[in-house]
Amino acid sequence: MTFVGLPNLKEAVLRKQVLGVFIVVLATTGALSACGDSGSDELLIYSGQHEQTMALLTEDFTRRTQIETKIRRNSESALANALLREGSSSPADVFITENPPALTVVQRKGLFAKVDAATLANTEKRFSSSFGDWVGVSARSAVLVYNPEKLTASQLPTQLTQLAGPRWKGSVGIAPAESDFQPLVTALGKLEGDDAVASWLTGMKTNAKLYDGNVAIVKAVNRGEISAGLIDHYYYYRARDEIGAKRTIARLHYFAAEDAGSLVDVSGAAALKSSDKPEDAQRFLAYLVSKPAQEIIAKSESYEYPIASGVRTQRAIKPFSELKPPDIGVDDLGDGRAALRQLQDAGLL
Amino acid sequence: MTGATVALGRRRRRASRRRAPSVLLALGLLTATLSLIPLVFLGLEVRHIDASEINRLLLRSHVGHLLGNTLGLVVAASILSAVIGIAAAWCVERTDIPGRRTWMVVLVLPLAVPEFVSSFGWVSFFPSMQGFWGALFVTVLAYFPFVFLPAAAVLRGIDPALEESARSLGLSAWSTFLRVTMPLLRLPVLGGMLIIALHLLAEYGAFAQLRFPTFATEIYAQYEIGFDGASAALLSLVLVALSVMFLVGELFARGRARYARIGSGAQRTRTRVALGRRTPLAVGSLGLLGALSLGVPLAALVYWSASGNSSTLPDASVIDATITTLQFALAAAILTVALALPVALLAIRRRGVTSTLIERSTYIARALPGVVIGLALVSFSIRSAPGLYQTVPLLIAGYAILFLPLALIAIRGPIAQLAPRMEDVARSLGLGPLRAFARTTLPMLRSGLGAAAGLVFLSTVTELTGTLLLRPTGMETLATQFWTYTANLSYGAAAPYAAIMVAISAVPAYLLIRRLDLSAT
Repeated sequence: MTFVGLPNLKEAVLRKQVLGVFIVVLATTGALSACGDSGSDELLIYSGQHEQTMALLTEDFTRRTQIETKIRRNSESALANALLREGSSSPADVFITENPPALTVVQRKGLFAKVDAATLANTEKRFSSSFGDWVGVSARSAVLVYNPEKLTASQLPTQLTQLAGPRWKGSVGIAPAESDFQPLVTALGKLEGDDAVASWLTGMKTNAKLYDGNVAIVKAVNRGEISAGLIDHYYYYRARDEIGAKRTIARLHYFAAEDAGSLVDVSGAAALKSSDKPEDAQRFLAYLVSKPAQEIIAKSESYEYPIASGVRTQRAIKPFSELKPPDIGVDDLGDGRAALRQLQDAGLL
Repeated sequence: MTGATVALGRRRRRASRRRAPSVLLALGLLTATLSLIPLVFLGLEVRHIDASEINRLLLRSHVGHLLGNTLGLVVAASILSAVIGIAAAWCVERTDIPGRRTWMVVLVLPLAVPEFVSSFGWVSFFPSMQGFWGALFVTVLAYFPFVFLPAAAVLRGIDPALEESARSLGLSAWSTFLRVTMPLLRLPVLGGMLIIALHLLAEYGAFAQLRFPTFATEIYAQYEIGFDGASAALLSLVLVALSVMFLVGELFARGRARYARIGSGAQRTRTRVALGRRTPLAVGSLGLLGALSLGVPLAALVYWSASGNSSTLPDASVIDATITTLQFALAAAILTVALALPVALLAIRRRGVTSTLIERSTYIARALPGVVIGLALVSFSIRSAPGLYQTVPLLIAGYAILFLPLALIAIRGPIAQLAPRMEDVARSLGLGPLRAFARTTLPMLRSGLGAAAGLVFLSTVTELTGTLLLRPTGMETLATQFWTYTANLSYGAAAPYAAIMVAISAVPAYLLIRRLDLSAT
């Protein structure tokens, strides 16, 4: 407790502090107005996509078109949730994600503009929304990552549903709360029915160790905490880049042809109907599926597959043509709510 | 308890004696309204859910499991943090342990480490750190400073005469601690425990990594894979109910004792407990605490910088992110403390139903995960203030909503120790109410206000989910940059951002300690 006295001194100190606060507020508001001015000329992209690749793509796009871009990064689900609340007042021009459900949920609110037909024509039809309001840009495959010290080749499953069997108890990892998992659940439902999903998830509830993300699964498999885990292929390669190839003993295993476990999932992009730069937004979508953009994706460290303009991956990963996905369209993956319900009913969430 | 209340005056001010000035009341109501905005939007989201869906969502066995996990962890972690916080504060303040200043710094600094950094550190070094015990261990190490800091302040501030009188009247050292010291510690320690409890209700990142499902992780999953605002809002209301339970509980546990005395008097220097041969034990324990709470996360940062290979990211400016972060944190600290002061004055000096309701309502938002507050403010600003959407003022308002409780807890202790009579005397000498306040109470509150601003500053620097949703596009803070890099597995590139976060948070942490030193001399 300070001694109350010397009021003049006190007041002087106080005045100095008030001045200090004033300066700080001034500095802050200065920063404020500085950022308020800019922006309206730039194409605003809501991106849930891989950071490095997006940076390369937007740079190249600006170089080619002189259209400046601004990226708002967040998880695709946070952005989709924000878009649902923003509705027609959204400041966004373009939305790009890693999985279809985030696009579908916004699409169902009717917030997307139709994609130019020429843009859609650059990508195989099955990789874009059948309503024509978002376009597929890149793809990834579901895989099993496994530890070869714990599993021999003959022990590897050929079907997703085998993981619900008793021999996998405690030794398989999944990340049910991550947006990459629920497309698998939806795919299994489309292929084998809801009962098959229910019994598979019940089995997984018993067998699986739950992780917060694909990366945690790759690491857990690599150190032998679990023998295998369900992930998308590119997390394995990105994790391998980070921890070093020498220290990566985990390997990838692909499920049988047309099994739900061989699902190929698409990253897509859409233009917002409320955009005040609809032409620029369409040009960006067109750019994403053009040859130069797809070649950037083909070389990028995101390890995704390019899927448009005839470009093939230049990374040392299983060629896209050798993947044997089940016949599940991107619209079949829905908005994920049914899968959420099934996961909840099984007690995984 | 009775010992202290006798010592400090049993008579309590009746609320009816002086009504709260309408300016104060208006400011308090304004703050409460701001804090309750997220709750209003939760209510709006829930209104469309039908009863059968509510039943399906809330009455499943998994929810029971989540409730058990959440409550078990909150109770265990807040009690354990209190025990560790008080014990550490006593060691530092009341014994002749060598290097007191250093220990203060070491034991406050864990507040400067973001939870997602510390839990990531633990998980990467000790992957088996999982489930209830892992979560308890990591959260107690991260949050005990919320008790340590205020407890140390009180232990230092108490006039030694109080305890010495108790001893001279025949109480043993231990009974003196229980009957004189503990009651004085009650307000700050309960405040710290309340903050920890609310933090833990809202905590997401750490529990996700530690594989410990709680309501907050479930709410994230609802947003993440169901894009389901309604179910998330419903589950958030359960968190609101739990937080109200803790808030009422704390109110009762706090009691109605008064702690003010007139004039600080001339305190004599305290004689410290000589540790003697127990010194190595005390030093070892505090050293272990510091090493676990600070050493492990910092070691993880060093390890990432050294071992991560991928730093091919675009050259985002560390300096820009640092300046942005500092500006946000300063603005948030000033606004939050300014909003908290009237509420704390009302709650301590004008006790009554209205002021209690105002004060308590400002805590509730702290129990909600950042994503819930963030999305609620998105809805609010789109509907009511579209010009504010994705601007700095809305972001700062969001920080204020999230961190008001921290400021309140830090201010209410010092206010409680000030006798309002000082201001009365100033008024009787002819000063107007504002000038009287500015010349008597405010100067004496400086250390409390400084501590409040410091805590808000620290928390703003490390806030992530709300910032990601509310920041103006293109403005990146250290936390959002850190998130971007770790989300893309570039731990090597992320490490410098975390290191700067810790470094700039260390400044207010150091100031908190210096304030303590100044106010004690």
